[in-house]
Amino acid sequence: MNDVLICLFSSAGFDKAAQGLAGAGRRLADELGGQLRAVILGSEAESLALEIARVSDAVTVADQAELAEYQPETCLNALVELCGEALEARAVLLANDTYSQEIAPRLAYRLGGSAVGDGVEVSARGEHLRVSRQVYGGKAQAVIELKRRPAVVWLRARSFAPPAHRETPGAITRAALDIKPDERTRIVERKRETGGEARLEEARVIVSGGRGIGGPEPFETELKPLAELLGAQMAASRAACDAGWVPPTWQIGQTGKKVTPDLYLAIAITGASQHMAGISEAKTIAAINTDPDAPIFKHSRFGIVADYRQVVPLLREKLAALQK
Amino acid sequence: MNILVCLKQILDPEIPARDFRIDAAKRLAEQGSANLVTNIFCENALETALQFRERIGGAKITVLSYGQPSAEDSLRKALAMKADQAALVTNDGNNNPDSLTNARVLAAAIRKLGTFDLVMTGREAGDWGAGQTGALIAEELGLPCVSFVDTIESVNGKLRLKRQTDTGWEVLEAVPPVVVTITNDEHNVPRIPKVRDVMMSYRQPLTKWTLEDLGIDVSEARAGNTYYEVAELFIPQKETACEFVTGDTLDEKVEAFARRIVEVTGAM
Ligand SMILES: Cc1cc2nc3c(=O)[nH]c(=O)nc-3n(C[C@H](O)[C@H](O)[C@H](O)COP(=O)(O)OP(=O)(O)OC[C@H]3O[C@@H](n4cnc5c(N)ncnc54)[C@H](O)[C@@H]3O)c2cc1C
Repeated sequence: MNDVLICLFSSAGFDKAAQGLAGAGRRLADELGGQLRAVILGSEAESLALEIARVSDAVTVADQAELAEYQPETCLNALVELCGEALEARAVLLANDTYSQEIAPRLAYRLGGSAVGDGVEVSARGEHLRVSRQVYGGKAQAVIELKRRPAVVWLRARSFAPPAHRETPGAITRAALDIKPDERTRIVERKRETGGEARLEEARVIVSGGRGIGGPEPFETELKPLAELLGAQMAASRAACDAGWVPPTWQIGQTGKKVTPDLYLAIAITGASQHMAGISEAKTIAAINTDPDAPIFKHSRFGIVADYRQVVPLLREKLAALQK
Repeated sequence: MNILVCLKQILDPEIPARDFRIDAAKRLAEQGSANLVTNIFCENALETALQFRERIGGAKITVLSYGQPSAEDSLRKALAMKADQAALVTNDGNNNPDSLTNARVLAAAIRKLGTFDLVMTGREAGDWGAGQTGALIAEELGLPCVSFVDTIESVNGKLRLKRQTDTGWEVLEAVPPVVVTITNDEHNVPRIPKVRDVMMSYRQPLTKWTLEDLGIDVSEARAGNTYYEVAELFIPQKETACEFVTGDTLDEKVEAFARRIVEVTGAM
């Protein structure tokens, strides 16, 4: 069987990640000459199922009460059953959200397959699937060949183009599942960080600050008003997050968010490879830094060598004037 | 409470890109003048374990590594940070084994070391960043797994695990034994051991095993490539020519900078 299966969680809806995942799945299925099937886990999955059906051959919805909200062990068990019994897929693709990353390797293990993550390209090479990904903190790129079937791959989903609609939508069915809730672990509290950074991945403009900002206050008093002027989301380097100046959800990079804005404005950020790994798909990077040799300038379209404390207030003035 | 923390020794991930070279034939980075260090997320894991031990007033922490003989240094440093005991499985095979091989070897060593309430790994390693070892150890041991944890507490015999998500954070309750993978947070920045403790740590006992000691398929472990294999490794060329804005005064430079911003963001 050359089918490709994509796994989605209903909670995020048909966002850029779901679209990219569907696009990647569609193209891989076409390359392999198989079908594209989708599994959707979670409650209120109808609208997502309809969208996915328009680009795939079949959609299975698992919205049972036990799966309404993500629980690691129970969702993994359900996915194993859905992927294992429903078909013998060649590949199972997921996005790179927290939950997908958490269970993908275990899903591969239970299906007897091989997993790899953070893929930016997937293709078939003879019997095997090959996945391109960044390694060594973004300093190098590797092509990983997966030896077992199915290949379970979590992708930088937002970097993939969405698929075209098909003439006849795929059928939507509800999964018949015998769910055994696994109580060994249980999510008992869920907290969304306030401040809109949930949309960081969808942002067109991002204003990001690093250790050189020097403390939490300037994020509030200097960067925030600038971000508001630009209609931008705010973000940070790991150094600024680790210092506790801003929440960890703001972190951009290899182990933070991977973003795709039109403009990424890096303020007092060196541009370590691990940070750059999160913005390799940004259309334009611009930087403000006191150090003319900072690596960030090697990736920037334009830049200014100066103290941000002098630049940012002036910049707000100039932007406000230009916007009039 | 018995806690096991896995540690991986890696090439210093913070070396600047201009000093980074690869051996394309071996499909590995060249060490050059770079140091070998403990993966930061493994140190975050150890720090989280140490703080947990302090909070509950006692627990035994064992550190374990699978790697080259030099990985002993990572374990010694962990002892200096006040882990209780250490074990090294020496890798005399594939220097970059796939994630399943790592997990199989570590899980076999964990079984040999005893029973643990909590098995901890970093969320991923700073070299290959596969992010699978912890999850696959859980599968090998038949345990549940929670990822991206930054704080561990104990409440009524259960573990309370705070973990980071894309949009915020969650708290999980877990009945031990459980595997957790640890991510960085402002509270688990690894402590720096005293120089004296590092020196003293070299006098402490350290268990050393070879693959043969673990009762696993040794030839498969040495090959280390039945799960995946690195087919290609290269350094992408992606430098951009940066236009440094010009002007006689800072005011003029910032004006030019502002204009460039407006150009790329379009009409706002
Ligand atoms: C395994 C691993 C994973 C990692 N993952 C990530 C990740 O996901 N994201 C991430 O960001 N990092 C990550 N890192 C850390 C990364 O290597 C860097 O240490 C980090 O990005 C540095 O942050 P920074 O640029 O803010 O700080 P610094 O390196 O301290 O740089 C501060 C910069 O500010 C400039 N500056 C100082 N004062 C001023 C001023 N007044 N005006 C203007 N400029 C000023 C300085 O010239 C300097 O360039 C990871 C590291 C490892 C080992």
